[in-house]
Amino acid sequence: MRITMTVNGEHREVDDVWEGESLLYALRERMGLPGSKNACEQGECGSCTVYLDGVLACACLVAAGQAQGREVVTVEGLAGTDELHPVQQAFVDAGAVQCGFCTPGLVVATHELLAREPRPSDPVVREALAGNLCRCTGYEKILDAVRLAAVRLEGVERP
Amino acid sequence: MTTTTTRTATTAAGVGTNAVRPDGTLKVTGEFAFSSDLWMDGMVWGTTLRSPHPSARIVSVDTSAALKMPGVHAVLLADDVPGVNAVGLEHQDQPVLADGVVRYQGEPVALVAAEHPETARRAAGRIVVVYEALDAVTDARTALEPGSPLVQPGGNLVRHLRLRKGDADATAPVVATVDFEVGMQDQAFLGPESGLAVPAEDGGVDLYVATQWLHVDQAQVVRALGLPPEKVRLTLAGVGGAFGGREDLSMHVHACLLALHTGKPVKMSYSREESFFGHVHRHPASMQYSYGAERDGTLVFARAGLVFDGGAYASSTGAVVGNGGTMGIGPYRVPNVSVDSYGVYTNNPPCGAMRGFGCVQAAFAHEAVMDALADQLGMDRVDLRRLNGMREGDENITGQVIDSPAPVAELIERVRDMPLPPTPGAPSRDTDLRSMPGGVANTTHGEGVVRGIGYSVTYKNVGFSEGFDDYSTARVRLEVTAGEAVATVHTAAAEVGQGLVTVEQQICRTELGVDQVTVHPTDTTVGSGGSTSASRQTYVTGGAVKAACEAVRARVLALAADATGHAASDLLLRGGSVVDASSQDVVTTLAELVGDGAVEETVEWRHRPTKAIDPETGQGDAHVQFAFSAHRAVVDVDVELGLVKVVALDTAQDVGKAINPDAVLGQIQGGSAQGMGLALMEEVLVVDGTVRNPSFTDYLIPTILDVPPMRIELLENPDPFAPYGLRGVGEPPTVSSGPAVAAAVRQACGVALHRVPIRPEHITGTG
Repeated sequence: MRITMTVNGEHREVDDVWEGESLLYALRERMGLPGSKNACEQGECGSCTVYLDGVLACACLVAAGQAQGREVVTVEGLAGTDELHPVQQAFVDAGAVQCGFCTPGLVVATHELLAREPRPSDPVVREALAGNLCRCTGYEKILDAVRLAAVRLEGVERP
Repeated sequence: MTTTTTRTATTAAGVGTNAVRPDGTLKVTGEFAFSSDLWMDGMVWGTTLRSPHPSARIVSVDTSAALKMPGVHAVLLADDVPGVNAVGLEHQDQPVLADGVVRYQGEPVALVAAEHPETARRAAGRIVVVYEALDAVTDARTALEPGSPLVQPGGNLVRHLRLRKGDADATAPVVATVDFEVGMQDQAFLGPESGLAVPAEDGGVDLYVATQWLHVDQAQVVRALGLPPEKVRLTLAGVGGAFGGREDLSMHVHACLLALHTGKPVKMSYSREESFFGHVHRHPASMQYSYGAERDGTLVFARAGLVFDGGAYASSTGAVVGNGGTMGIGPYRVPNVSVDSYGVYTNNPPCGAMRGFGCVQAAFAHEAVMDALADQLGMDRVDLRRLNGMREGDENITGQVIDSPAPVAELIERVRDMPLPPTPGAPSRDTDLRSMPGGVANTTHGEGVVRGIGYSVTYKNVGFSEGFDDYSTARVRLEVTAGEAVATVHTAAAEVGQGLVTVEQQICRTELGVDQVTVHPTDTTVGSGGSTSASRQTYVTGGAVKAACEAVRARVLALAADATGHAASDLLLRGGSVVDASSQDVVTTLAELVGDGAVEETVEWRHRPTKAIDPETGQGDAHVQFAFSAHRAVVDVDVELGLVKVVALDTAQDVGKAINPDAVLGQIQGGSAQGMGLALMEEVLVVDGTVRNPSFTDYLIPTILDVPPMRIELLENPDPFAPYGLRGVGEPPTVSSGPAVAAAVRQACGVALHRVPIRPEHITGTG
């Protein structure tokens, strides 16, 4: 089947999609957008987190056909032309990236959290990111990155 | 050990700084190419058909229905393996594809290549394999009994390490005995086994794959394919974590077979479920420990028996037995020691490398028996460890003298003296559920919750031991590009997330005085970098990069000395200039010396040799370096429901020299979380040889809600034999964190707790 959707602001159309394919597969294998990751493909790890019509979703749990006509934003759609999004820059600067497989999902989830709650407490951050597994970092530097991004997004750098 | 008399200049982002990792930006934007992201025009997808039985004879295989499916390009069986149908790290005992018999559930039997991954999966489902199920050996202890069915033709024993030191019959007035079981842990790296095999015009194959050691993979692939080494070229694809689980081959040979058979590029990428069957796990262990002490607490003897369940194939079981045997008493001075460490074949899933192997399992037992001994002595648990902790100059249990700092007492004192988290308030409707055992499941507001504190101190051998020729190769090139001095570092050592690429750049900056360092793609066109395991890469590949830089620098300074008349020893390299070390004047430049050319050196570098141990006594200088760490865990336990909340997980570790302090902290934080996971939640459940929870729904790893804040103190006592004095850092935290968590739970609930992961029913005494 043919599906069309808006991905990162661009109109995309892909053909010969098998009905059982996930949105994740369509993004990764048919649209050249492998940034959303395939760590579990069962909605447990959060590595494929994207925005679907502005709401966070695991792209692995959405059938490609369900995204027909809808708007998708992936990790590839967050940075500006010349610079990283402050959430992305904070992950780099805080040392929150090791292997990096969880990173795209965490970046998108953090992006969403800080948009609705600009200065979240640590327990709020932990609850919001509890659906994103990371095996390398022990999460400490991910928390640092979220705190750093929150401050920078307010335009005030912490000392 | 290399020595140098030349001096180094100071650069920004050199050794000891928090240099930013070169792949960070690519990883936050989604552009970093992991092994499962690879794609090529005309590629097809490979999939694996695996055995549903833990032990069976293959009666017949019919592939005709699969081959008839549209879109299917190949179906391959054991007979299609052109070379030797056997791979393995220590013993080549594992078939690429099962030939007549399967020895564990999940063993690969057939391969399919098709145009769509779903077509490949459905075709695999149409392969008809008739099995005759056989009696499975599923218990490691009974596997060694006479009359047990044989898993492998040579018998079920992989290795027995016998260690005897001092008086085998020593007695002591106070004796503590503990039996302990450790369950099967999974590495649970997030990036699934995956890669792309591309057939080449020369009849060979290029394999892009996520792995921990390209060259040992290459050797196995070459054997299985029956090709000369130059026709099998491996390049490291982006690695989504490893933790030991990528030491053994997974889809490597399979993808190459399909590529060579179809003439097309073949991509394979495991699902999470297949990943649980596609790599080895941490060995389950069954251990009996007995320690004796004088009434003042001085250890008199230590006796231990350890049995590691290696599953159906050897993998690195021999080395696990080695670590469990030579390190398994813990970092204590003990004059009289008797250890028997066994690794056995069973029809359970194969077990092999995982972070801290051999030491992780033993640490749960030796720390439990130390706690029990302290209790019997009426002594503080920390004080017993301080009293008996190893010091520099002591002999360990293999008779090896510890010839660099061993601050065991200081480490445990440091974690003891760290501030404690606030005591929980009385149960209240206002309690933040997220801080409670059971969390937002709303199982308690503090009723029935008891706090416990536990300690552990452990050590881990760094690098490969027992006489292994453990080396790494580095090629470093220095040239002038667009007016700027640029170094390029090329190794085959695998970056798996830990930050080796950053460390390589830092070393080049410090040694060559340059700012710009390019990390060449990691592949087999340079000599082996050895394995990314055993906490060894910063030490060994770092040592190789340092040595290669020194060779490059020596050549440049010799050229400069010839050209200027200065003595080479009075010169240093800085930013592409050669500078007089005392006056700081520029005497010449790299551009003047080499013009458009370059200075390049390739160095194979070894650490001090280790020795095989005596087969009768287990004595010998088996290890090159020891890394010490201590943990203190604070837990709140709902003793009515058996639920645990880890409140704090604090640690002190001697890292010798922190090459990149932030990256060191990242290793310690992540490693501590994995040890905590084993203590509380992580277990591959195997019933009658069958895995019951191959998914992230049922195999639980710690989330950001589970892992507590961690206070970390680094000691930097240099190891005089290691580059920059550094010690390996990746594994020690995984060794010491779990036992501290177990000890804290034990203290809170007052139950002995003889296994990990600790389940609710162990705490409540209901199961």
